[in-house]
Amino acid sequence: MRTGVECLMDGLKKAGVQIIFGLPGGSVLDIFNGLYNAAFEFVLARHEQGATHMADGYARATGRVGCCLVTSGPGATNAVTGLGTAYMDSIPLVCISGQVPTHMIGNDAFQEADTTGITRPVTKHNYLVRNVDDLPRIIAEAFYIASTGKPGPVLVDIPKDVQRGSTAAPSPNEVKIRSYNPTTEGHPRQIEKLAEAINKAKKPLLYVGGGAIAANAAAEVTQLARKAKIPVTTTLLGLGAFPETDALALRMLGMHGSVTANYATHHCDLLVSVGARFDDRVTGKIAEFAPHAKIAHIDIDPSAISKSVPVDIPVVGDVKQVLKVLLPLVESKERAEWLAQIQEWKQKHPFVYDQDESKLMPQYVIEQIYALTKGDAIIVTEVGQHQMWSAQYYKYTKPRTFISSGGLGTMGFGLPAAIGAQFGRPDKIVVDISGDGSAQMNFQELVVAVEHKVPIKVVILNNGYLGMVRQWQEMFYKRQYSATCLGQTARGKNEKIKDRPGTPYLPDFVKLAEAHGALGLRAKTRAAVVPMLAKAFEADGPAVVECLVEPEANVFPMVPAGASLTEMIQSMA
Amino acid sequence: MKHVISIMVENRPGVLARVIGLISGRGYNIDSLNVAPTQDVTTSRITMTVPGDDRVLEQVTKQLNKLVDVIKVFDLTERKYIDRELALVKVFSSTKNRSAVIELAALCRAEIVAVQNKAMIIQMVGATDAVDNFLELIKPHGIVDVSRTGVIAMGKAEG
Repeated sequence: MRTGVECLMDGLKKAGVQIIFGLPGGSVLDIFNGLYNAAFEFVLARHEQGATHMADGYARATGRVGCCLVTSGPGATNAVTGLGTAYMDSIPLVCISGQVPTHMIGNDAFQEADTTGITRPVTKHNYLVRNVDDLPRIIAEAFYIASTGKPGPVLVDIPKDVQRGSTAAPSPNEVKIRSYNPTTEGHPRQIEKLAEAINKAKKPLLYVGGGAIAANAAAEVTQLARKAKIPVTTTLLGLGAFPETDALALRMLGMHGSVTANYATHHCDLLVSVGARFDDRVTGKIAEFAPHAKIAHIDIDPSAISKSVPVDIPVVGDVKQVLKVLLPLVESKERAEWLAQIQEWKQKHPFVYDQDESKLMPQYVIEQIYALTKGDAIIVTEVGQHQMWSAQYYKYTKPRTFISSGGLGTMGFGLPAAIGAQFGRPDKIVVDISGDGSAQMNFQELVVAVEHKVPIKVVILNNGYLGMVRQWQEMFYKRQYSATCLGQTARGKNEKIKDRPGTPYLPDFVKLAEAHGALGLRAKTRAAVVPMLAKAFEADGPAVVECLVEPEANVFPMVPAGASLTEMIQSMA
Repeated sequence: MKHVISIMVENRPGVLARVIGLISGRGYNIDSLNVAPTQDVTTSRITMTVPGDDRVLEQVTKQLNKLVDVIKVFDLTERKYIDRELALVKVFSSTKNRSAVIELAALCRAEIVAVQNKAMIIQMVGATDAVDNFLELIKPHGIVDVSRTGVIAMGKAEG
């Protein structure tokens, strides 16, 4: 006989868990007692949202299932944003939550929440364990479901009496669920059709998404592109699936993508989505998306096919497996004309920003991070302008080196995710590129990095604004900066803040870093950027570098929401 | 167009909530819903009618198929099927109209299942149209209450 807690510990061990991120509470006291002498490394986050993002960053950086542990009620509700973030980006997580004893469920007990009800729309699957006999099976299923098919977060809610109960049920050695059988092998006839289309196409384009990284298919993507000479554009989450230093790389497409990638999408005659889901930030106006192209789509998720853009050649299956079958069927080609056209676009339309040396431009900081890390860092971002600049001005050459909340767009994701990523990849420099808005969400987790000597580097591009929203206000709302100014001057009339000349901007990020026990540095000028970054990167422990960047720099090019990809705005003029 | 969707699911707590949540969470409406265990007590069949064009319904069935507890989804509208629903109708009836109500029920092959002083309860089984039609005909007698099961359906393919 084993207790529920023992079943859980054995199940986690069997699933290969090495590290758990979490925070204790009343309903998980028994589990934490079980963890006290367990073999897992435990990382005490300071907020459950931080714990889920750490597990997420760990999963994205390593490809393993991330694991987090939270208490009932507020512990679980705090985890919701982290689960939603992982769900939108198909990241494998298992979240264990405590629950009030079964006889108290539904009684509005202290710290009770309907956790499975609340998390149903933000998890791939979830369980409320009603009987300890089911626990060993459920733990095994949770890890299986999280990591197979289209990956995603799974939550297991364990009431206190189930944790304390005992059972003779063994932990299963294999999982079989009759109602869950993801298709991994692509249909051979469909793959043949795709090969024929590629061989016939004059202007093909690979459009590579996060699915290629989830499937560990970067090598196959690269082989396909090089063999058949197909240029490659990636989505935000696809960055790193194909080396951006390659001549065939067009960089990111979509709203803030490169001109070349968007032109190529518009003019191609065959668009092959490789694990990318035709997100609205990618397609712009659907009716005018890739108007001259036949569209092929390789995806493990049948529901992604023809969801927004009608697909001519669907291939449902694991991207890696499909590409392996596809590769020998594809002919080597030169495609000189198409590649020459692309080269011309590339030369004409690189990413550009203001080169006035008296200004500290945010894009410049990212270029310097790229130079100093030799393009070999793991870059984690928050959400906003800095996120887009991180995608544009750093060239990613390997999968799992760009980590960002793409689908849900969660500010406050980056810092804890960077900590999780660094736990998984201690050999790498991990840099969280942040804005001053995002930095104020989940900054408390920096103490975790300090305590564990996890040497993440946080670079805050401080422009004094919630920059991306401010940019939209500048472009589409007549420069009425309603509630986007983070400094205390220049606020809207309705924000009744009296000018405080002594402290025009709060918080002081250098002092804040120091208060958390980390190195805090500030670059006020362009000339100070490289020395400060170098100092931070050379430091043994975590460091925060605040760069006081040009306040109203914008992200360009930009395809306005709902416009066609060819209608790119390239400057404010 | 109205689609009749038949879903085989694991007979477990919370599964119905998952199915309903998926549909309502995407802003689709459910016209009718019926759920009960099948001959295998570990599985249940959910039958629902959902309005929407073919594209919307294709997305609904794909999303339903993604749910871990869903074993199989059939959009019966794409094939030959039998559908029925049952309605219980309470109708005012006094000595004055009793024979007229009985006659109407007989004509429509509805069955009188309870007779009270001032009302009768009539059971009507049929395809949705037939049930609608019966309710329309009986209306002038004064309907007190109606309870309908919603559509249940079965594909005609053998085996």
